[in-house]
Amino acid sequence: MPADRLVIVGASHAGFQVAASLRQHGFDGAIALVGDEPVLPYQRPPLSKDYLDGKIGLELLLMRPEAFYREHRIEFLPGIRVTAIERGEHRVRLATGEHLAYDHLVLATGARNRVPPVPGVKLDGVCYLRTLAETDALRRHLAGAERIVVIGAGFIGLEFAAIARAHGRQVHIVELTDRVMGRVVSVPTSHFFAAAHRAAGVEFSFGAAAMRIGGHAGRVDHVELASGARLAADLVLVSVGVVPNGELAAAAGLEVANGIVVDEQLLTADPAISAIGDCASFPCGHAEGRPTRLEAVQNAADHARCVADRIVGKPHAYSALPWFWSEQGALRLQIAGLTTGHDQHVLRGDLASGAFSVFCYRKGELLGIESINRPADHAHARRLLGSGRQVTPSEAADDGFDLRAAAMARS
Amino acid sequence: MPRVTYIDTQSKEATLDIPVGTSVMQAAVLHGIDGIVAECGGSCMCATCHVYVREDQLAMTPAMQPDEDAMLEGTASPRRANSRLSCQLVVSPEMDGLVVYTPETQT
Repeated sequence: MPADRLVIVGASHAGFQVAASLRQHGFDGAIALVGDEPVLPYQRPPLSKDYLDGKIGLELLLMRPEAFYREHRIEFLPGIRVTAIERGEHRVRLATGEHLAYDHLVLATGARNRVPPVPGVKLDGVCYLRTLAETDALRRHLAGAERIVVIGAGFIGLEFAAIARAHGRQVHIVELTDRVMGRVVSVPTSHFFAAAHRAAGVEFSFGAAAMRIGGHAGRVDHVELASGARLAADLVLVSVGVVPNGELAAAAGLEVANGIVVDEQLLTADPAISAIGDCASFPCGHAEGRPTRLEAVQNAADHARCVADRIVGKPHAYSALPWFWSEQGALRLQIAGLTTGHDQHVLRGDLASGAFSVFCYRKGELLGIESINRPADHAHARRLLGSGRQVTPSEAADDGFDLRAAAMARS
Repeated sequence: MPRVTYIDTQSKEATLDIPVGTSVMQAAVLHGIDGIVAECGGSCMCATCHVYVREDQLAMTPAMQPDEDAMLEGTASPRRANSRLSCQLVVSPEMDGLVVYTPETQT
């Protein structure tokens, strides 16, 4: 499949990495990288951490300086929306009315914030945390805020809460389910994190639905819960997850089901179109082949490398091990593998010491490992799970068991 | 400004003037040096900014903290005695002249 003209829609982690990897492999064709934000591709994880906290500026957020794109002949088109894929003509239409022709098209359209269907989400002081512009706005509001309500206790909400508390703000987190990060971590890890945030002064309402965000003169001043409780707030962060950007693909007749559906090589049903990163639903070998959509830098970058390999004539099925991380105050959470659906968890290390790992099993098979302030366990976990080697629950629970040796062993 | 030289497995060299307080990883990314990936952006979470420090210069580098030591267990290229994560090599005046070798692969 010769592809002389590559068009990449979406210029975040996945889109950028396709372009960079292709040039690294010596790909000589034209590369157009189209992004709808007005800035050079930047790293998102530090937005909710060091960037929000003011520890790093935009320069250190950028994936690469501007010169990189020139030197590598990557035509970066900032601030431009793609409005349609014209599959028959092998081209995309831009909001400017222009067209870009492609031999191969990579959809790296990412995801957008889920906006809850409640009144008041447009009030001044209601913030989100996904893009640079949103983070800049959040920072401005944080500077003048005293009482903050965070809706949603996922990674983003908790990372923000930790920073806001460190800045002395009152923080109240409203969570619909009964625990923090419930979609991605085991019960003991959830409880540990909730306790740590509480100890830092964060308040929680679990099983609580925000029904209305209220304010006056266009500015937020409270959040009303289904219980009738009113939480005073001069800043509200809405962090209730994301929706994959699949509309462009769907409008072009490609299958979209919780993401743009791709095969094990990350190709859509159209052999000239791939989809990668947060927007793609792929058959995941680390989830028994189930259609899986992940929101992670690792996933975005490894998807991108897989597609770049295919374009330069080295196709292979995508098989990288998923891994994730979060930093919340002094707590470092690292997850290797996908633990969804685990029916058994085993603790390694001492929960009370604040440094432990949770090994998650299903029907006796190790699915994934959560490590809290135990980075060595995480490093070993990635090796273990990447190679498919098993550690039994009793081995995992035994702190004397040599996890390193097990990870390094040749199978 | 302290100068740091990066040498890849093809013996391609690049020397950068790095402001004190910037990490060897950050400088590499800012200048588009290919052999350093830095997937996590410098949080010591991913082990994709692995470098080998020239053996006789190890003493010039800051002491290794437990997190870095732990994450070096997970590098894609083999860990050696002179392995470091470049996000943890924050440049100081004493590091002028440092030479680091980027590994075969980071992922």
